[in-house]
Amino acid sequence: MASETTAMGPSAGASTRPSAGPGLVARLRRDAPWWVLPATVVTSLTTFSGYALWTALLGHDRWGPYLSPFYSPEIAAGRTRASSAIFVAGAPLLFRFTCYYYRKAYYRSFLLDPPACAVRDPHRTYSGETSFPTVLNNLHRYVWWLVAIVVSFLWLDVFRAFFGTGADSGHIWLGVGTGVMLGNVVLLTAYSASCHSFRHMVGGHVDCFSCVRFGKARYQAWRGVTLLNIRHPMWAWVSMFSVWGTDIYLRMLQAGWFLDPHIRF
Amino acid sequence: MEVRVFRGVPGGEQGEVAYDVPPVEGMVVLDAIHHIQKHLQTDLACRWNCKAAKCGSCSAEINGTPRLMCKTRIDELPEGPVTVRPLAAFPLIKDLVTDVSWNYEVNKKIPPFTAAEGDRGPWRIQEVDIDRLYEFRRCIECFLCQDVCHILRNHDMRDRFYGPRFFVRVAGLEMHPKDVLNRVEQTRAEGGLGLCNITKCCTEVCPEHIHITDNAIIPLKERNADAHWDPINFVRRKLRRDSGGGAATRGLDEEPAGGPPR
Repeated sequence: MASETTAMGPSAGASTRPSAGPGLVARLRRDAPWWVLPATVVTSLTTFSGYALWTALLGHDRWGPYLSPFYSPEIAAGRTRASSAIFVAGAPLLFRFTCYYYRKAYYRSFLLDPPACAVRDPHRTYSGETSFPTVLNNLHRYVWWLVAIVVSFLWLDVFRAFFGTGADSGHIWLGVGTGVMLGNVVLLTAYSASCHSFRHMVGGHVDCFSCVRFGKARYQAWRGVTLLNIRHPMWAWVSMFSVWGTDIYLRMLQAGWFLDPHIRF
Repeated sequence: MEVRVFRGVPGGEQGEVAYDVPPVEGMVVLDAIHHIQKHLQTDLACRWNCKAAKCGSCSAEINGTPRLMCKTRIDELPEGPVTVRPLAAFPLIKDLVTDVSWNYEVNKKIPPFTAAEGDRGPWRIQEVDIDRLYEFRRCIECFLCQDVCHILRNHDMRDRFYGPRFFVRVAGLEMHPKDVLNRVEQTRAEGGLGLCNITKCCTEVCPEHIHITDNAIIPLKERNADAHWDPINFVRRKLRRDSGGGAATRGLDEEPAGGPPR
């Protein structure tokens, strides 16, 4: 059918733009080409993965009372030449890989399955999460428990950082580093506590809260996790950058670029 | 303002036709289509009913994105021509009208709400047991989620995938405190729950802002994991069955503390 244009009356072309439209983020999302988001995700996750690999192979020592989250818990410290990160990285890595939010991110951005909504994906066949290895994403709930252990150790590290180690033991140490470590562990806790599988475990699987034992408490727990879960993508990204930032901060201290501003009493 | 509208019938000539429509403040895309129907192209086919985003009839793809025409303001679209095309996942009937009857066939496959035998009501249901179901009841069956889902749209797996709309329906039934059927296995085996790869496009296009992925599909996936991927639950079910508990009809069932057995 041939394209045709029908001219209209004198009002044609008049502006209907209101003075206030959608917000900046909404406008950016609306006006940006579809490939901007996948490209950003690929760049961020690839750079983080490269940094994590580099840092695991490089190894790391404590700086004063501080320990990088990549190396906690120090399960190999002093016994092997390998860095703790090589042993510890599995749990957080698997947790993020099987995370419902990151699944969206890598299916869209790395596997282009689809690259964006209503944009044709390039694959001729498709099996979703019904075949190996993606079917193993169903095990996310077990990885959650492993990560819960790692996050518990990170809380312990923050506690140790506040109360000092070695010569500083017995003093309270309040430094920028303790704040950085505390912020990091809070964000990681928020990320793991907002997990969809955890939400299911605490009460999502219950159909009748008023019919089961501790139903009211479980309902409240489910509501609380749901409130966190609404921002799960945000916690996922922010906690990833906080781990990264904490390690970079400690490396800068180790390199002697500056001294950690702190109060000891 | 230029509006490019898809025109054509199956097997016939198809293409976009550009129309110049006078803009009016507050205008939505459906207004532009009505203007074209009234003044420029009286045989343009378009399905609509309420013009209030409640009937789900005027679904279309506006500038490549599945949306309701009655809820899409022209002044919120980027500068330039506005393109209006029919839903890509369903067979074309004419112009902007597609045949969505497959969805109603899927709906018939899902067993309806079923209370326990002898438990006919009326019931007193606690708010805590029902509040997460309200969201699912908001669905207007516009089928935008079905249209945007790449499993139906690109891979045409209609023979083994129900689609997001019907995962919402199943979730609403499964979470109902008075329903006793287990549809999770059917949703996995016949409905293709495992095919969904959580890309959340269904949630992004839902005009009723239902969190389809987070509140319906992922909970169903977790219930499926309870049934097939959780050895702890397997042992618990086995023990209950052996001890005569017999309450394993709904996957991860709970011991009742006072209410009727589930």
